[in-house]
Amino acid sequence: MKKILIICLLLSANLAFAQENEKATSQSIPDVALKNLSGQSVNTSTFSNDGKPMIIDFWATWCKPCIEELNAINELYPDWKKETGVKLIAVSLDDAKTMNRVAPFVNGRNWPYEFYIDQNADFKRAMNVNMPPHTFVIDGKGNIVWQHVGFAEGNEEELFEIVKKVAAGLPLN
Amino acid sequence: MNVINAHSQGLLNSNIHGNFEFNGQYYFQDSVIGAPDVPEKFLNNSFLNLNYEYQDFYAGLRYESYRNPLLGFERDYTGSGIPFWFVRYKKDAIEVTAGNFYEQFGNGLVLRSYEDRGLGYDNAINGVRVKFTPIAGVTFKGLVGVQRNFFTVGEGIVRAADVDWNLNESIKKWKDKKTQVILGGSFVSKFQIDDDNTYILPENVANGSGRFNVLRGGWNIGGEVAYKINDPSYTNGYIYKPGSAVLLTATYSKPGFGFNFGIKRIDNMSYRSDRNAVLNSLIINYLPAMTKTHTYILASFYPYATQPNGEFGIQAETFYHIKEGKFLGGARGADLSINYSRAQSIDKQPTADPTEGYTSEFFKGGDEVYFEDFNVEFNTKIRKDLRMILTYVYLNYNKDVIEGRPGFGHVYSHIGIAEFNWKINTKRSFRTELQHLYTKQDDGSWALFLAEYSVTPHWFLAGFDEYNYGNDDEDRKFNYFNLSMGYTNKANRISVGYGRQRAGLLCVGGVCRTVPASNGFTISVTSSF
Repeated sequence: MKKILIICLLLSANLAFAQENEKATSQSIPDVALKNLSGQSVNTSTFSNDGKPMIIDFWATWCKPCIEELNAINELYPDWKKETGVKLIAVSLDDAKTMNRVAPFVNGRNWPYEFYIDQNADFKRAMNVNMPPHTFVIDGKGNIVWQHVGFAEGNEEELFEIVKKVAAGLPLN
Repeated sequence: MNVINAHSQGLLNSNIHGNFEFNGQYYFQDSVIGAPDVPEKFLNNSFLNLNYEYQDFYAGLRYESYRNPLLGFERDYTGSGIPFWFVRYKKDAIEVTAGNFYEQFGNGLVLRSYEDRGLGYDNAINGVRVKFTPIAGVTFKGLVGVQRNFFTVGEGIVRAADVDWNLNESIKKWKDKKTQVILGGSFVSKFQIDDDNTYILPENVANGSGRFNVLRGGWNIGGEVAYKINDPSYTNGYIYKPGSAVLLTATYSKPGFGFNFGIKRIDNMSYRSDRNAVLNSLIINYLPAMTKTHTYILASFYPYATQPNGEFGIQAETFYHIKEGKFLGGARGADLSINYSRAQSIDKQPTADPTEGYTSEFFKGGDEVYFEDFNVEFNTKIRKDLRMILTYVYLNYNKDVIEGRPGFGHVYSHIGIAEFNWKINTKRSFRTELQHLYTKQDDGSWALFLAEYSVTPHWFLAGFDEYNYGNDDEDRKFNYFNLSMGYTNKANRISVGYGRQRAGLLCVGGVCRTVPASNGFTISVTSSF
């Protein structure tokens, strides 16, 4: 009986995949309170970029591929902004153990992004993130239109292709 | 405008989203490395989260299945079901949650319910929670519930309240002040029946804390102080001494430079909703370790977690961006970070009445070092397409205390790592790690070679070999070889691997679990939808 239940769940997960491709445009950013680097509480539903695309990137100071990704984008970011007006929001999953490293870590590297801390992983859960790095692209209307998990050199190029399409209002795929 | 649009979309098309994870392993017996025979041959952990949003309501559930749990996870997980579900309502200043939830007050010193599925850690609270924000900058939280313990709940009840007050956001006159002040306070009480015939055990145990953060310019000075009344438990040896925790941090940063300093004192601060609980079960609070979380394999051989019965810890760390053309800056600039941390015992003088435990002079440290870590990391691009990361780590690891198995003494190790990351073209990249750990203690020295080849956006192939060449025992100079490959499509990922895993401590995000040696095929599927 339990086996059947597992199979059903697996199937429904697969169905959900299939649906994702068709309905991906309808998910908006869930509303969760995060802390910015000044300790102020900010609701994620207020994330906006004046109608231009946004990237939301889940990372942590202990996640190596995350740091590689943010380093890789760092070099291209001025061009990306100029071309599409995109803004990158980096959400750190560091908890009380490593949270105090975040501000000196990102400033020490001169990273130009907008930073938040998701101390107890509430936003991670709301966005259904399994593990970092997990990158989302949000269109000008605030809809989640694309996501990707993991990072290898070269992924940043694919990400920018998506951002350009979204900025121009073109359909993905 | 954006926000309104996004919101109305949500209203019209309420949707189900979630994520899924499956981790399975087929085991081979490998008695030379100590990998046991697994009667089931194949074990797996998996879960599926579903979240549903409709207007001001938000609901979710998690189905979990452990048939049977992977080696290294507690056997109590054996089974399947829906141990996690909730309904949340949020409107204006009020948010109400019924069911299961995760929560953290301040730094977690008095309360943190949290999950890390990869480590089998989950102390979700089952009950109700209310959040109330009467004015901007002020948030009250209150909750009552019991804690998750595998597929059941613990018998102790947790009642808790917290206030978080940002002075600048809530007081008009302070709005544009250069100095920002955030204050907070928490109170937690747990209840558990005293069923002991010999001792009178406290049934209600209170734990409270106050905290502050002051920010100005690039500075952020923060602290939290917690005090717990008598709480005899298995962890502290059933002593009646009250507990306390003090945490102070200071960070400063400006473009290109960052500095982080922390100091803490923990004294008898284990706090569980069942006084007899062990391992990672029914823990109410969180005592963060003040150490860097290492990610390279050999550097994470000897990780550290806070000793709840008493510890004095200190950490200092600096981050510096070296501009191009400067010394060590090369043609493209470089990042340098230096980190030092140390944890040692606190002063403990035995009392005449053994049930009181001990007395401790606050500012006097103990003699025993638990852990020491000095590390330097240098990260630069030596060519436009080639990044190099050099790392040195010195660790002093008190195996007796950290692993709770006396007789081993300290392990002193020096670790050197060179990583090269080569972007061959826009699609292909190659990464390699050369790691070496030198030690005269424990199993002796290790060398590790790792290579990873990726073809974006879909494929990766990786292999590494850990070689225990420095083992004193000629017959135990083992190779631990691992090979894995994976396919990623957007937020879906599948990877398969084969390898030998050495027995050790695996830590992610500050929580650790012991993993036994194993040998076999692994398969992992993750998906977010």
